[in-house]
Amino acid sequence: MGNTSSMLTQYDIEEVQEHCNNTFSQQEIVSLYQRFCQLDRSGGGFISADEFLSVPEFAVNPLSQRLLRMLDGLNFKEFVAFLSAFSSRASLQQKVEFIFKVYDTDCNGKVTVSDMLNILRDLTGQFISEQQREQVLSHVLEESGFTKDASLTISDFMKILGNSGMKMEVEVPVD
Amino acid sequence: MSSSSSSGQLHSSSSELDLDRPNIEDYLPSGTSIQQEPHGKLRLRDLLDISPILTEAAGAIVDDSFTRCFKSNPPEPWNWNVYLFPLWCLGVVIRYLVLFPLRVLVLTIGWIIFLSSFIPVHVLLKGHDKLRRKLERSLVELICSFFVASWTGVVKYHGPRPSMRPKQVFVSNHTSMIDFIILEQMTAFAVIMQKHDGWVGLLQSTILESVGCIWFNRSESKDREIVAKKLRDHVQGTDNNPLLIFPEGTCVNNHYTVMFKKGAFELGCSICPVAIKYNKIFVDAFWNSRKQSFTMHLLQLMTSWAVVCDVWYLEPQNLKPGETPIEFAERVRAIISARAGLKMVPWDGYLKHSRPSPKHRERKQQSFAESVLRRLEEK
Repeated sequence: MGNTSSMLTQYDIEEVQEHCNNTFSQQEIVSLYQRFCQLDRSGGGFISADEFLSVPEFAVNPLSQRLLRMLDGLNFKEFVAFLSAFSSRASLQQKVEFIFKVYDTDCNGKVTVSDMLNILRDLTGQFISEQQREQVLSHVLEESGFTKDASLTISDFMKILGNSGMKMEVEVPVD
Repeated sequence: MSSSSSSGQLHSSSSELDLDRPNIEDYLPSGTSIQQEPHGKLRLRDLLDISPILTEAAGAIVDDSFTRCFKSNPPEPWNWNVYLFPLWCLGVVIRYLVLFPLRVLVLTIGWIIFLSSFIPVHVLLKGHDKLRRKLERSLVELICSFFVASWTGVVKYHGPRPSMRPKQVFVSNHTSMIDFIILEQMTAFAVIMQKHDGWVGLLQSTILESVGCIWFNRSESKDREIVAKKLRDHVQGTDNNPLLIFPEGTCVNNHYTVMFKKGAFELGCSICPVAIKYNKIFVDAFWNSRKQSFTMHLLQLMTSWAVVCDVWYLEPQNLKPGETPIEFAERVRAIISARAGLKMVPWDGYLKHSRPSPKHRERKQQSFAESVLRRLEEK
């Protein structure tokens, strides 16, 4: 029952801090490391999709399958980098970029209508028909001045989400 | 009010006391944050902004109430200065070299007395069922007392001692298999338990069967029907030992209670709640069955100074008119949690072994879909 936090040296912590652009304090990183070790049941130094799904609150999230593509097999540094978008110290730009990455599954810098439909399908499941979803999406796209087969770039996302008062913050429990 | 604050733990950190305090927000089903404000026209940014759902997902990755339920919380070390360290070392020597051998001796004597009386009683008194059952019952209580003595159990029992009556079922929160031993030394309960392997399994199928205990295997679904039938038969019998059920179905770390299985609450009996709270001043009594075997758990208890705990026998509860078994179960869970100072979480303990059902996710999807459609119609 060793104390896991003692395994991180000052250098390690600073290295991780640098990797996540100083969005987490040293204490937060120690806390995150404890959590990482807790989730990493197999002790392999990375967290598998299955280990993420063992957290029921995560498993029931409508976007969990999509997020798992970004999460599967992360080591500690990548784990912290993933979470850094949720830090209160992360800029709005970083947060919007993160959301953009969730949409842009093929990483080509463009979010197409089908990307948006995929997310909408994850969020609404069987409760809206495919046809209705397409209707809803083309309706709001046209209203915002886009054509219904537009593809959005990161600067479009920034314009759309930049002033919506979005609050995407997760507090890391520090004892 | 909780026992941990009344017992004055010097070592407990403030965060630990906070965990004991019930927090209403935590009982609310998660997912309410997905719900958008019901008014206003649907705009593109309302559809694109998935930040609430992402925040929820990240929140669950950083910290979640389910994993907290099964986290061992070892007592805080107090050997941190020059004066205390030698004292602590002395303590280790006493605990491992004096107390532990003594306790092994006590337990061995207990087993010798128990076996040398149990076997003759079991074999010779075949014709006298009533007498045999009475003697076996006292002997099981006796060996449990030896077990409790082997970890210097300091157990305070509050409330009236359980009586033998038909149509009543005792339910308790569950921290470790030692819950059963602690309760059994006062009253020979018939318990419903997961079938174990190894020496525990051997005890289960030989000795504990004589007090009417019922075993099941969590993973076998057909076992459930057989157990349900056995339960119904058992509670009807007048001369049977009182039935004890741990409706959480798994060991929780004594800071939380997870959802109760409704089986015990469907039998049409009075439910007698039992609340057990361990004082972690010397040792954490939570049995983390994933990390250690029961033998290692017992060794850990036997090398500690003492196991301190409070047991409350609470007022019997009955199904109220119009109440479903699930509501009844939640009410009893609230009573136990309040008494023992535990926090209720809306999770099924079996999620340790399986994934949550898709209907939880569907509920979130439904509420999101409804809000999208509603706002689309608003102009």
